[in-house]
Amino acid sequence: MTAIVTIRIQEQDFDTAREIAALSHGRTDIGAVVSFSGICRGNDSGEEIAALTLEHYPGMAEAEIMRRAEQAMARWPLSGLTVIHRHGRITPGQNIVLVVTASSHRQAAFEAAEFLMDYLKTSAPFWKREESAGGESWVEARAHDDEAAARWTRS
Amino acid sequence: MKVKYFAWVRERIGKAEETVEPPAGVRTIEDLIAWLSQQGETYAHAFERPKVIRAAIDHAHVRPDTAIAGAREIAFFPPMTGG
Repeated sequence: MTAIVTIRIQEQDFDTAREIAALSHGRTDIGAVVSFSGICRGNDSGEEIAALTLEHYPGMAEAEIMRRAEQAMARWPLSGLTVIHRHGRITPGQNIVLVVTASSHRQAAFEAAEFLMDYLKTSAPFWKREESAGGESWVEARAHDDEAAARWTRS
Repeated sequence: MKVKYFAWVRERIGKAEETVEPPAGVRTIEDLIAWLSQQGETYAHAFERPKVIRAAIDHAHVRPDTAIAGAREIAFFPPMTGG
């Protein structure tokens, strides 16, 4: 069966259980589904966060995630994958991002989910702005996220 | 060509997009950053650390030495912090 790829950039929340079901429903070739949910934290390095606002580059966000999805499909034997990334204002405890990968066996599903998340952090055009008691500020990119993404180009 | 700005690059310049017509000598992304930096204080502020700035041509990431000839849409933005 052909792999199902779903990529959505949206303001509204998503239902993780529904997305997992949509990917695996009616199929008997899938032996493993991995899902990762990124959730807005209530504090960052000890500072309390009131909310995050995510800005994105419409058009490029979809295109860039599709390029990474194609790389994942070429690298691992996936039955399907779903990436949903929200934009707009998100408060602590709310969903930001969802990655679901499905495969016959768990290793491919685990690795592909991690690969996609590492690149969502470093190459998908999204920017977080943080609201705290001290005001608003843009979140700084972190070197360890770049290192996490770089490991997929080694070996 | 159309140029778009995002996050603090957009805020510092004070606009999300504009159409620019750089002179013929502006051939690459880094040339364009250098030329834009001279278009006023807001631009100079946005591009004061050119090595930090990321760029895309027609929705794909590009390096600073990439030629801009034929580009429909060029975007400048800070390192990404999604996910």
